[in-house]
Amino acid sequence: MYYNETIRQMYDIGIGSLPIVFLISIFIGAVTAVQFYYQMDGTLIPPYYIGYIVRDMTIIELAPTITCLVLAGKVGSNMAAELGGMRQKEHIDAMEIMGVNTSSYLVMPKIVAAILVIPLLVCVAALVSIIGAYLAAVPTGLFSTADYIKGIRSFFVPYNVFMMFVKAIVFAYILTGVSCYQGYYVKGGSIELGEASTRAVVYSDILILLADYIIAVVLTA
Amino acid sequence: MIRCENIRKTFGEQEVLKGITFTFEKGKTNLIIGKSGAGKTVLLKILVGLMRPSEGKVWYDDIDFCNLNKAQLRELRMKVGMLFQGNALFDSMTIEQNIRFPMDMFTHMTLKEKTDRVNLCLERVSLTGVNKKYPSEISGGMQKRVGIARAIVLNPLYLFCDEPNSGLDPQTSITIDELIADITKDNNITTIINTHDMNSVMEIGENICLIDKGYLSWSGSKDQVLSSEDEHLHDFIFASPFLQKLIDGYNAPH
Repeated sequence: MYYNETIRQMYDIGIGSLPIVFLISIFIGAVTAVQFYYQMDGTLIPPYYIGYIVRDMTIIELAPTITCLVLAGKVGSNMAAELGGMRQKEHIDAMEIMGVNTSSYLVMPKIVAAILVIPLLVCVAALVSIIGAYLAAVPTGLFSTADYIKGIRSFFVPYNVFMMFVKAIVFAYILTGVSCYQGYYVKGGSIELGEASTRAVVYSDILILLADYIIAVVLTA
Repeated sequence: MIRCENIRKTFGEQEVLKGITFTFEKGKTNLIIGKSGAGKTVLLKILVGLMRPSEGKVWYDDIDFCNLNKAQLRELRMKVGMLFQGNALFDSMTIEQNIRFPMDMFTHMTLKEKTDRVNLCLERVSLTGVNKKYPSEISGGMQKRVGIARAIVLNPLYLFCDEPNSGLDPQTSITIDELIADITKDNNITTIINTHDMNSVMEIGENICLIDKGYLSWSGSKDQVLSSEDEHLHDFIFASPFLQKLIDGYNAPH
């Protein structure tokens, strides 16, 4: 039962979030490239640096943070609403009477699924962002393919990928943990359910940003 | 048999149950009745273990329900079935999966054995051929039957029903009442029904307790209801002007 529920959650979080992750990532990459070109235009910094900056910005910060902030809105609110709805419709009570450890049965698969799937989504987001930057800048003549590829391949530090995964895992835990808590303990009717769903997103976002800062300080010290 | 002793429950400053002592008898349909807000749902939740009493004890035969460890509680849960007011059927599961759920949780039966048991329970509630449907695809009355089928799938010794007739038409309500009464008799189990449906009281109320403002106000059987002179019971039973007129007409000199 736990295995099946975890697989279902992995599918919902992973496959269900791919379109939105693709969409935001491609624009993040595109905007980053265009704006860095604007800032560097006319300076002595060589154009290939834009590829290098897009890559590192994406891997270290934008892919994990923006992806998880968006997922807090999509997946987090969904989890809070799902659990809150189950609480209100007495599904959780019914499960408890059937001897189910509801916090474990309902919450754990979501957390495990998120921790397994969200880092993969963040990887996809990083890749798509880098492609987005290429699509926005090269065909429009901001810089050449050769410059961009040179930039992408320059000064690569594998440790940055490690930072990306650390952030993705921590953010995944935060957004599912906070959202499940808000949904599981909801009381009252539909208004309270809506409030819980909103709180899930707001608290998740705040904690993700706070964790982002702490991880940045700790891992770059 | 389930016995509650001096059950008190407070929420902050408000005391909802004020020392309820009552015995719910085996093989009988035991009814908890009372006005909305009287505390009957809280009492039912305490009896079934969804809430802990602030004071008092609940006994399942000779087992002190409030002092069980996790393993003992799980063992006892196998003997408990509950029909919820809103049925609490899992929307994402088919009818068959819903009824099978307690067996998935508690037993190591094979899928074939579970399916056979599901079909048997569906037959018991006069509902066949709906195995693959989802709860949203069947009517409210059918959902109640599925809820009952799920509640009895593990052959419980204790059956709890919270407002089994809410949202049902009078004819379907009678069918559900009769079904619950038959299951109680056939399996010789302790059934506790939380209701404010007067038809249920007069049809299947073998052992009734009336809760009023957190107190046990009256207890007796359906045969004693009409002859009782208890003021609270009278107010509750004859709250309907239509019923009052009928009784007045019945009592008037001919």
